[in-house]
Amino acid sequence: MRNALGSVDTVLLLGGRSEIGLAIVERLVRDGASRVMLAARGGAAPTEELRKLGAEVHVVDFDAARPETHAALIEHAAATLGDLDVVIPAFGVLGRQAVYDDDPVAAARDVAVNFGGHVSAGLAAARRLREQGHGTLVVLSSVAGVRVRKANFVYGSAKAGLDGFAQGLADSLHGTHSPRSSGARVVVVRPGFVIGRMTEGMTPAPMSVTVDAVADAVIDALRSGRQMVWVPGRLRFVFAVMRILPRALWRRLPR
Amino acid sequence: MTVLTGWGRTAPTPARLARPRSADEAAALIKEASRRGVVARGLGRSYGDAAQNAGGLVLDCTALTPSWAHDPNTGLVTASAGMSLHDLMAELVPRGWFVPVTPGTRYVTVGGAVAADVHGKNHHVDSSFGAHVRSLTLLTADGATRVLGPDDELFWATVGGMGLTGVIVEATFACVPIETSRMRVDVERTRDLDQTLDVMTATDDRYRYTVAWIDLLARGGRMGRSVLTRGDHARLDDLPSRMRRDPLRFAPRPRLSAPPWVPGGLLNRASIGAFNAVWYGKAPRARRGVVQGIAPFFHPLDGVGHWNRMYGSRGFVQYQFVVPFGAEDTLRRVVERLSGAGVVSFLTVLKRFGEGTPGMLSFPMPGWTLALDIPAVQSGLAGMLTELDGWVAAAGGRVYLAKDSRMSAAVMAATYPRLEEWRAIRRRIDPHGVFHSDLARRLCL
Ligand SMILES: Cc1cc2nc3c(=O)[nH]c(=O)nc-3n(C[C@H](O)[C@H](O)[C@H](O)COP(=O)(O)OP(=O)(O)OC[C@H]3O[C@@H](n4cnc5c(N)ncnc54)[C@H](O)[C@@H]3O)c2cc1C
Ligand SMILES: NC(=O)c1ccc[n+]([C@@H]2O[C@H](COP(=O)([O-])OP(=O)(O)OC[C@H]3O[C@@H](n4cnc5c(N)ncnc54)[C@H](OP(=O)(O)O)[C@@H]3O)[C@@H](O)[C@H]2O)c1
Repeated sequence: MRNALGSVDTVLLLGGRSEIGLAIVERLVRDGASRVMLAARGGAAPTEELRKLGAEVHVVDFDAARPETHAALIEHAAATLGDLDVVIPAFGVLGRQAVYDDDPVAAARDVAVNFGGHVSAGLAAARRLREQGHGTLVVLSSVAGVRVRKANFVYGSAKAGLDGFAQGLADSLHGTHSPRSSGARVVVVRPGFVIGRMTEGMTPAPMSVTVDAVADAVIDALRSGRQMVWVPGRLRFVFAVMRILPRALWRRLPR
Repeated sequence: MTVLTGWGRTAPTPARLARPRSADEAAALIKEASRRGVVARGLGRSYGDAAQNAGGLVLDCTALTPSWAHDPNTGLVTASAGMSLHDLMAELVPRGWFVPVTPGTRYVTVGGAVAADVHGKNHHVDSSFGAHVRSLTLLTADGATRVLGPDDELFWATVGGMGLTGVIVEATFACVPIETSRMRVDVERTRDLDQTLDVMTATDDRYRYTVAWIDLLARGGRMGRSVLTRGDHARLDDLPSRMRRDPLRFAPRPRLSAPPWVPGGLLNRASIGAFNAVWYGKAPRARRGVVQGIAPFFHPLDGVGHWNRMYGSRGFVQYQFVVPFGAEDTLRRVVERLSGAGVVSFLTVLKRFGEGTPGMLSFPMPGWTLALDIPAVQSGLAGMLTELDGWVAAAGGRVYLAKDSRMSAAVMAATYPRLEEWRAIRRRIDPHGVFHSDLARRLCL
């Protein structure tokens, strides 16, 4: 249960080796979370650090590309951890657009992870959160989906789909204080370029941030109840402009 | 679904709220409960999440067969669990009787008083509410209604059991005869914490009711300076003659209410600081034999309804702990830490506890208890209170469940030594865990 000062007891990380995901989990554990489940392909994830901080850590096998397993995984997590206070689907793949252009099947497969996997896992988690009457789903969207660019439009369009899905889900669960609220909520996170494993070898875009900055911003939002987080915050204003840029101009942007 | 919070207005969660009017209606509702379970709720005066059940059922017990009976020969009162101590006092006081224990507000139900085993200013001589209860009627998970007495284990799992053994339907408890509805009160100020503890240790036993209000803002040599208010029920000849005509009159002034739109954060650092300075400043150095009504003596905060709204939408946290006698050093460290951190608390209250009850999760034990309110927005609060929990636990003390909204399950398990015994009884009486609450989930009860 989330306590009066915003600390939680349990965390479920889907994509249990995600750098951003683990950075968020570590902060939640430092803040008092005592039971964690890391769900990752092949059932292997780094547990040592979290255990050292005093958490009870469970690791299970999870494949985002197999939606038929997602509901059972959520039930298993709730049976193991108790009520799910924070659920973080942090899986994702960032393929190169050039590769996708030549391999449409690979593109569709990644979209199935980046979008489809979030739909099945997100809906299964939401069902549980709604039943338990509390809990937060942290959705890692991206500015890549706010306005899709030609340089990575397969990844970007999947993120656009995910972003729309997350907002729709948030509205269907409704804010905490309304009398008809389900008590559950969704935080949508829109990072820009994050310097880390996923973007290794790429030249950082302007206003890039670190994994830690993203994790800090998420923790902030969990405390304050904010539902939309841009990292860094000023991307919100940048994209207010980007969104209305004439198409002809947008098309010509270098990246 | 209705979104519920405790008095501190933190951590809201939705639940289905039902209002049974009889034990049968309550039993029918319990039978239909989902796997999220059910918990009873009284007047919601516990500060945290004890009377909340996210996604489940909450039984508002305030309409449970309103009835009460009093036997003037034995002094025993039988009251339905939903009755408030306010309503009970309005009946009893004019007849020359008083409840055995009253918390700092009259707006609690009999059920809530038993479930939290509440204490009052008379704890050092009279112990807590449960010590005065002769029998309880408890509706359990199987739908049965059991009448329990102090010889039953389940009785002591229920007293202080925070609603997790079942729904209390009715209680019979011993009341106290009074000659008048007034209190005869001595007020004095102390210089610092040492003097506060010394005076209370030396002379508390001369009074039935005692409490110290501590000025947490005072630092250095004046740290822990306090105003002691101690008194007894006034005898008829304590009253000035004009009051003797109607010595048992009980008519607390109608309440003002803080409107729902009260600006958030009205109670902030500056206003609370000013209040504290004035309070200490206006207290007489020493005044004896002041005649006061029951309401201003026991329930000063009840004068303003919904005063909890004044802390703003983020709400506030109440921290109350007890440390055993002999752990005065811990108490001193805590007071130092709080005043050093610039914690502003509207009312910080220190009290000496006497013997506890056999309630397995009851809070009181012989020692010192300190209670304070802190706005939830105070920065660094979570970490500081966790640190204090550690000191309290190390000293053999504990934190009060009816006030708690943020303790960890580990601290709970380390500080309530009879938790396992209580769990075993709960498993037996409620094997499927029908009775459940946010507090129970948070503390892994
Ligand atoms: C201003 C103020 C001052 C206070 N001062 C004191 C004090 O001096 N000493 C002290 O001990 N406490 C004090 N309290 C706390 C208060 O006395 C307790 O929290 C009490 O339990 C509240 O009763 P309630 O009827 O509002 O119960 P709620 O807050 O609604 O519920 C409290 C607990 O009792 C259970 N419960 C309620 N009714 C039933 C029932 N019929 N059957 C089974 N379980 C039930 C609930 O499940 C919950 O666990 C104070 C509170 C306030 C707001
Ligand atoms: N990094 C950025 O610049 C950036 C920017 C905006 C948004 N995001 C989003 O933030 C989230 C987390 O990213 P990150 O930076 O933490 O990257 P990361 O460290 O690469 O984490 C992504 C994780 O997803 C896992 N994964 C991929 N496919 C999976 C599948 N089919 N089933 C289960 N797990 C799968 C990966 O597993 P393996 O360990 O097996 O590879 C990896 O652990 C992603 O959704 C990402 O799109 C990242």
